[in-house]
Amino acid sequence: MTEPQHEDRPHLPGPSLYPIAFAAGVACILVGLIVNPKIVAPIGAAIAIVFGFLWARDATMQYRGAPEPIEPEVREVPPTTQAAAIPANRGEAAMPEPAPGERFPRSKFLEASTLGLGAVIGGLVTVPAIGFMIVPAFKDQGYPEVDLGPLENFTEGKWFVTSFFMHPEGGEVSRRTAYIRNNGQLQGKPSFTIISNRCAHLGCPVQPNGPVQDNQRKVVKGEKGQRVTMTPTIPAGGFGCPCHGGQYDPEGNRTSGPPVRALDRYQYSIVQGHLILGTPYSVSEVDGQGKNAQIHAYKLAGPGQHVDGWEQILYPIQPPH
Amino acid sequence: MATATRTRKSARRQKVEAAITYPLDWLEERSGLVGGIKYFLFRKVPGDTNWFHTLGSATLTAFLVQALTGVILAMYYKPDPNSAYQSINHITNDLTLGWLVRGMHKWGASVFIILLFFHMARVFLFGAYKYPRELNWIVGVLLLVFGMLEGFTGYLLPWDQTAYWATVVGINLNGTAPILGPFLADFLRSGSEIGGDTLSRFYSMHMLLIPGAIFGLIGLHLYLVIRLGVSSPPWSREAAGGDFTDPVAENGRSGLTRPGPRGNG
Repeated sequence: MTEPQHEDRPHLPGPSLYPIAFAAGVACILVGLIVNPKIVAPIGAAIAIVFGFLWARDATMQYRGAPEPIEPEVREVPPTTQAAAIPANRGEAAMPEPAPGERFPRSKFLEASTLGLGAVIGGLVTVPAIGFMIVPAFKDQGYPEVDLGPLENFTEGKWFVTSFFMHPEGGEVSRRTAYIRNNGQLQGKPSFTIISNRCAHLGCPVQPNGPVQDNQRKVVKGEKGQRVTMTPTIPAGGFGCPCHGGQYDPEGNRTSGPPVRALDRYQYSIVQGHLILGTPYSVSEVDGQGKNAQIHAYKLAGPGQHVDGWEQILYPIQPPH
Repeated sequence: MATATRTRKSARRQKVEAAITYPLDWLEERSGLVGGIKYFLFRKVPGDTNWFHTLGSATLTAFLVQALTGVILAMYYKPDPNSAYQSINHITNDLTLGWLVRGMHKWGASVFIILLFFHMARVFLFGAYKYPRELNWIVGVLLLVFGMLEGFTGYLLPWDQTAYWATVVGINLNGTAPILGPFLADFLRSGSEIGGDTLSRFYSMHMLLIPGAIFGLIGLHLYLVIRLGVSSPPWSREAAGGDFTDPVAENGRSGLTRPGPRGNG
């Protein structure tokens, strides 16, 4: 006589697509929290709830006594001997095997509820923890406006290596550098060229190809410990990157080396005679020069990412900056 | 006379042995640990294994050195942008033997990766990745990936110019991956710009997340080594897994742990 095997469960439900759709819904929630919490995330929640319900219904079909699509297994052992209790010392639980007609064995209920409760508790702990790991990196991102000091400091037609704190409270690690030139008046408004020093290849700091007049450095102190240093430079040969040799002309157009586009630029505004630095943006190329430059501007992309050409399809969505 | 001396000696010896084995027996009776360790250390391996087979243990040793020195370095290191560099200087220049432990960790990192590659080359060239050991090869590749991640995250921690710019480049490299690259870069940076959170994030990954994964994978790796046995070198005439007189191996049947002698089909 063979002992009934515990693994010998004949009524396994067939493979179902509901868990996959459920997972897709959860992924949609997570992406939606980042991209669009008001529309995409609720859609994901709806998908997850609908398919979670269908999945649960599907998985509990046999317990709930729904029509059984699979033929019940015929056991050779007569039911009378099977119904007898199995002693605990024989390796099985000391519980009678369910009678042939019984649809809802207690051991199966306990097994399912243990696994289910465990999954719920595990989810309650892991989901917030993983959310905490991922979401802050994408929320409340952006670039503050930085006061770079009075316009008079920027002599017309001259380049300045200008470094400043993006977040003065964050300290030295938030120091950023831009190359700034006052282009003079354009239609009655001051025009500036503000080029980021972040190389468009992999983000190293580009250097001016020309003398940097350190002896004429000027420091402008601002609010909250802001310290703007301005050093005149003559980037006659444009800009060059020390890391992998990318080269740019004075307008930031790539001239040689690995960069995939021109140098990024900063938006700016003039408030009460001060030059205020705005949000950075990416540039594929610049036609013309100085105040007459035609800038092909794009939303800010990371270094090494194409913003134009066919390669731009590789980077369809940018995280919020 | 001689016999008597020997008997007396062995009687004392028996007492000493009993005193030594008593706690071991106590442990064994309650946990089976002694038998388990004995099984691990005295399991059978092919007679013609050679020095190349020690590369795995060497890699493991290098990793344990990294774990030990890393735990101690973490007692002095401060993962904060304003004090990380100073704390590294303090470890190297001021603290007793700090230069040595930091040097062991810094150079040991390269030793670990180099040994890992040598071990991988041995497994590849000996064909030891073949059935039934494919899964162990996969686990080993995952260990290589996590080892590289350790190198990437650890490189930022000195927080000097090299560290900073190498990490900027490394993160931006990840950012150029199609579709999800920009998001991966933001995740690694903990935002759109590198900053203090990047340092503490890398520190946490370097000392908690990735080593935890590596320890788990090493456990799986060793379990599979013990379960499947050590493979013989390709030129071996001996059955892998030890026992020559094994009737199954004698029959020339290629089995799981005891494939038949080479040249037998």
